Amino acid sequence: MAELKIIGLLLLLLGGAVGGAAVMTWFERRVLGIWQDRLGPNRVGPFGIVLVAADMLKLLGKHDWVPPFADRPVFIFAPTAIVVAMLLGFAVVPYAPNVMVIDMNIGLLFFLGMTSIAVYSVLLGGLASHNKYSLLGGLRSAAQMVSYEVFMGLSLMGVVMLTGSFSLIDIVLAQEDLWFAVTQPLGLFVFVIAGLAESHRLPFDLPEAEHELTAGFHTEYGGMKFAMFMLGEYLGLILISCMITTLFLGGWQGPWLPPLVWFPIKTLAVILFFILLRAAIPRPRYDQLMSLGWKVMLPITLINLVVTGGVALWLSEGGF
Amino acid sequence: MNSAAPMNRTAQTEHVPEFITQNAVAQQAVADAVPTFWIAPKHLREAMTLLKPQYPLLHDLFAIDERLRKHRDGQPAADFTVVYHLMSFRLNSDVRLKVALQGDAPHCPSISDIWPVANWYEREAWDMFGVTFDGHPNLRRILLPPTWTGHALRKEHPARATEMDPYSIDQDKLEFEQEALRFVPEEWGMQRKSDDSEFMFLNLGPNHPSVHGVFRIALQLDGEVVVDAVPDIGYHHRGAEKMAERQSWHSFIPYTDRIDYLGGVMNNLAYVLAVEQMVGITVPPRAQMIRVMMAELFRIASHLVFYGTFAQDVGQMSPVFYMFADRERLFGIVEAVTGGRMHPAWFRIGGVAQDLPRGWDTMVREFIDSMPARLDDWDRMAMRNSILKRRTQGIGRYTLEEAIEWGVTGPGLRACGLDWDLRKARPYSGYEQFEFEVPTAEGGDCYDRAVVRIEEIRQSLRIIRQCVDNMPEGPYKSEHSLAIPPPKDRTMKDIETLINHFLSVSWGPVMPAGEGCFPIEATKGQNAYHVISDGGTMSYRTRIRTPSFPHLQMIPLMTRGLMVPDLIAIIASIDFVMADVDR
Repeated sequence: MAELKIIGLLLLLLGGAVGGAAVMTWFERRVLGIWQDRLGPNRVGPFGIVLVAADMLKLLGKHDWVPPFADRPVFIFAPTAIVVAMLLGFAVVPYAPNVMVIDMNIGLLFFLGMTSIAVYSVLLGGLASHNKYSLLGGLRSAAQMVSYEVFMGLSLMGVVMLTGSFSLIDIVLAQEDLWFAVTQPLGLFVFVIAGLAESHRLPFDLPEAEHELTAGFHTEYGGMKFAMFMLGEYLGLILISCMITTLFLGGWQGPWLPPLVWFPIKTLAVILFFILLRAAIPRPRYDQLMSLGWKVMLPITLINLVVTGGVALWLSEGGF
Repeated sequence: MNSAAPMNRTAQTEHVPEFITQNAVAQQAVADAVPTFWIAPKHLREAMTLLKPQYPLLHDLFAIDERLRKHRDGQPAADFTVVYHLMSFRLNSDVRLKVALQGDAPHCPSISDIWPVANWYEREAWDMFGVTFDGHPNLRRILLPPTWTGHALRKEHPARATEMDPYSIDQDKLEFEQEALRFVPEEWGMQRKSDDSEFMFLNLGPNHPSVHGVFRIALQLDGEVVVDAVPDIGYHHRGAEKMAERQSWHSFIPYTDRIDYLGGVMNNLAYVLAVEQMVGITVPPRAQMIRVMMAELFRIASHLVFYGTFAQDVGQMSPVFYMFADRERLFGIVEAVTGGRMHPAWFRIGGVAQDLPRGWDTMVREFIDSMPARLDDWDRMAMRNSILKRRTQGIGRYTLEEAIEWGVTGPGLRACGLDWDLRKARPYSGYEQFEFEVPTAEGGDCYDRAVVRIEEIRQSLRIIRQCVDNMPEGPYKSEHSLAIPPPKDRTMKDIETLINHFLSVSWGPVMPAGEGCFPIEATKGQNAYHVISDGGTMSYRTRIRTPSFPHLQMIPLMTRGLMVPDLIAIIASIDFVMADVDR
């Protein structure tokens, strides 16, 4: 019976995550449209939501083409890596007290590992295309990801210290009285920025940067392989939002409503925030992004770490 | 019969160096009263060197095929003429030199080492007329493909496809054309490697999201740093100047709309003013003010597109939608007044096409009342954004001297601190009646160019408000017999009016022989039509001086040593449209 439950949950999650990412493509365009004084997709079905299906049909119908000059196996492998890594990341997210695939005692590390694997996808996609724009995109992504990975991990260490565990369930339970968003504001700030950089969305979409590199690392991709990149990107967005909810916004916890309602509400709010950022902020230059990372973000993270460590130590000694 | 051309101003020659007045073969009277000297090719370079301190802007350089021109009284014999139009900001006056060239393969000394901006202009004259400029470093075709045969603006070159054999391409020709497309860095003046690195060559365009049309830049990159950038233009060339020689004076107006396609009637204005000046048509005050109002509306429309795309090109997603929504409301007014939107072709020689519709003032008032608050919002959203500032401040900077040297006009020049605006300096079409300021900035970088344009939107709103408040009553078209289409109210009463109307409408008006140029402050800089009539129903030569052409030539100077994203910001800040460059 337990196996059946796990399989059912897996299927539900798979469908939920992929379906959610697909709906997100519509949702984002629609929300952006409203914010930008225009309509957005509103023609197919109620509020234009059937556009998701139309988009999928279109992408499925496209010629599955690999450029003759590309490195074929890597070119095909690259888009799958991001989707697989992101989907695996969902395995450790605690949606409600008993609704999660696996409660690992290193859940947080597993999540960080999965997002790191997703970087390869962008990097390999850019290199395998043998296109100069893709190459530049790949180069940028390598530099961007390497520097932002560093303090993405570090920014979460404050949370880990306060909880005393890498298990995501423990982290959620530790926020019963007070969200880590309150005690770890710097950590949250850095994690949001790093999460943006990881999901390479505007304003940190430098590997893609359509105004500069046409489409950056996925210039040569089309059809379903392109769709996989997009799917991976939206899965990443949802995953990062889930993690922010879990790590800083008290996870499933909340008054009156059941946990399975609170979690999506919080996640959706975070997603909306990310979309708003995309609508509002211009893209910094590549070297400016790097210097922001190393000269501003890293010091903030380290200060946060030292202060948190000190306070934790002080509290464990019993305070005054 | 140039002497017949009306002279509203007399030629000011006191600042022209003696060397020129003494060595001039002839002095020509021109409708625009610019002192025009014919000079021998051997004296050209010395004359230019002497003129440059006083007249620092090489406003235009172009050629004329004189071989079929009948009315050349007093002008030296020439098969081809090269014309140099210089402008002085300090004296607020112009001078024009003409060089008469003989033979089928004429030669002329190059001045590209005296004025860097002459480089492209001379290439264009070579491309279009086959004039060889001796001493030019890189005399290649610029607008037409390298495999083109003949020189398109020569009179013997066919203007229509029906005059040519049907086009066909066989295997040999195909291979030849494809080979001509091969990118050889050395031909573009680039090295393949330096001592310590091998360069990457990136072909940006002609299809690229941020080059604003079909524009190609060959980039020599070291990492993401631009070592050199060589612009390649001509992909949008439609032969507008050639078409002018095959259209009646009246039916060319719609073609002008499509030169700076964001400028709409602003292009009409430059053209009709040049023709009116040539034949001496005075436009009634109401028509003048209608023209100013519509032109300023289009200045706003063009600057709004600039504003939106500028923010978009540094990666800000939303502003362009707000600006296009504003532009859409503006086009609502344009549509109500003219019936057209982007290309109304609404000005006429002698006035405008119709009177303003009932209720126009309410529409215009609504728009200008709502805009200032919205502009403030856009400022908060875009111009004060710190990332946008960091992306554009100090990027693509040039000094005032460089700007003048390279023929920069319009907001790009004013961003360097010079308050030169033809609407103030040489008021035309009644601009002297309006109160407005000429915004300037000091830095000459991408950000300053944007600041100047945005302030210009506010000033244009001011001008439009004064138009609405003070619109005079009266006719909207001149009674002059060459105004087209001519007034019809008396055609059924006397036979001369009927004949004149019939001929003017069926053939088009016969403009008396003459020549003249009329620079105006267009949306992107100084736009000027140099029109030459040989006493026919069609222009003998129409030269279109567009602001964007010299601006693009500056890209290498502005970009070297910066990064690819900076190049995109620079391109956005120049505010060009390729139709305006290639014509």
